[in-house]
Amino acid sequence: MEEVRLMKGNEALAHAAIRCGCDGYFGYPITPQSEIMETLMAEKPWETTGMVCLQAESEVASINMVYGGASCGKKSMTSSSSPGVSLMQEGISFMCGADLPGLIVNVQRGGPGLGTIQPSQSDYFQATKGGGHGDYHLLVLAPYSVQEMADFVDLAFELSFKYRIPAMILSDGVIGQMMEPVVLPPFKPRFTDEEIAKNSPWALTGKPSSRKQNIISSLELDPALMEEHNVRRQERYRLVEATEARYQEFMCEDAEYLIVAFGSAARVCQKSVELLRQEGIKAGLLRPITLWPFPTQTIQKYARQVKSMLCAELNAGQMIQDVRLAVNGQVPVEHFGRMGGMVPSPEEIVEALKKQL
Amino acid sequence: MKEEIIIAGFGGQGVLSMGKILAYSALMENKEVTWMPSYGPEQRGGTANVTVIVSDNSISSPILNVFDTAIILNQQSMDKFESKVKPGGTLIYDPHGISHKPTRKDISIYTIEAVSAAAEMQNAKAFNMILLGGYLKIKNIVALESVLKGLHKTLPARHHNLIPVNEQALLKGMEIVQAAE
Repeated sequence: MEEVRLMKGNEALAHAAIRCGCDGYFGYPITPQSEIMETLMAEKPWETTGMVCLQAESEVASINMVYGGASCGKKSMTSSSSPGVSLMQEGISFMCGADLPGLIVNVQRGGPGLGTIQPSQSDYFQATKGGGHGDYHLLVLAPYSVQEMADFVDLAFELSFKYRIPAMILSDGVIGQMMEPVVLPPFKPRFTDEEIAKNSPWALTGKPSSRKQNIISSLELDPALMEEHNVRRQERYRLVEATEARYQEFMCEDAEYLIVAFGSAARVCQKSVELLRQEGIKAGLLRPITLWPFPTQTIQKYARQVKSMLCAELNAGQMIQDVRLAVNGQVPVEHFGRMGGMVPSPEEIVEALKKQL
Repeated sequence: MKEEIIIAGFGGQGVLSMGKILAYSALMENKEVTWMPSYGPEQRGGTANVTVIVSDNSISSPILNVFDTAIILNQQSMDKFESKVKPGGTLIYDPHGISHKPTRKDISIYTIEAVSAAAEMQNAKAFNMILLGGYLKIKNIVALESVLKGLHKTLPARHHNLIPVNEQALLKGMEIVQAAE
């Protein structure tokens, strides 16, 4: 049985990366996620598992190093916070165009621009709607505890390699900086050359005489072929939407009012639901764990059960668009948000929900 | 059992590490715990605070607006957090950094002269452990042995010789904490 440790979310994520057989981390420091690279450098995994850890000269360089590692079928990752993730968007779009797996961690802070260093969820649109140019999606996982910061690393790589879609862990300053008890995942070996050849036959591993040359590129000059690539990619997206949506329900069974929140906001809202229940108000919390694919069908189910919904986010109203699309006008959906690095108290959300009674 | 605590003072006073040791001690007793710091520029000389929650059950929000106990180490924090103590709750402060005493009548207020006690011990770093001792005397949420066990876990082996000094500081705090007049 693994030991229970007390750790920051960022530290837990770094340990989990080493343990899940990640081959390479490439990053550039930025608050509030710097502990990820600090922990990796202190742990020196290159001496144990052989994982490469490199401080690149910029975020642009980091994401292109991830692209390089991924092209060879390696588990490659980077992490940053909002302004740094904006810099990476070109590389992320290229990875999606080349159908490469990989992991990008965004420990969000308030924006736009350099913004603040305090927690925020204002990169929801960027994470779930593409972010860079072109028709694409990332697999987006939103941890709400230190334990999930650890657990989602392996899950993100698993899904990413399964579908050849880059994955993003969309966290924020609360989950990154908070300490909680955590049980780290067991050690998993890195992919062997044989495993890469077998499971990732598209990877650049040196051309043997037995197969044709592999080419990793997002460029295709023939628009008819480019459309075909896009059609196949969209088919994969539809499959992901149908099978991979994850969510958690909290006191939803008899709920008359549903709060929808993800990540750190969901933690705050869980307390709000407890407070509302103490007053006899039947509130429940639905927490999307995957933000793309979004748990649309589950929201639709609750649209037939509850009187109204409240979307609580650390932004001006982003996930609410996906909630409203799912609800399709059946019940009112209101928004409560704080911006710029401010985090609401559970009582503020209680007050916001009471306006709907 | 559930205890929601804010510890607030200047950056560099050991506020965050005091919270960490308390959190670790609770973990030694298999309790649920969260530790949420204010982070960033505050750590470089401004105000710093940390919210620690210790509970027998799983913890929802790590961020709170009201607290069972506030441990307050400077006037800015007193101005900010005196009103955030729940009615019937507890406020512990070191008079050293305080120019306006707390005035609430609906909470229990204690003082602890931790700055001067640390000076007497000729160990300024003992300050936060004196405070922790004082707090545990008032709110016995974890046993002293668990704190020592927690220190064993958190301190690197080369610093384990400091554990007896820390124990003395904890006991000192338990001795000198008193109800405010």
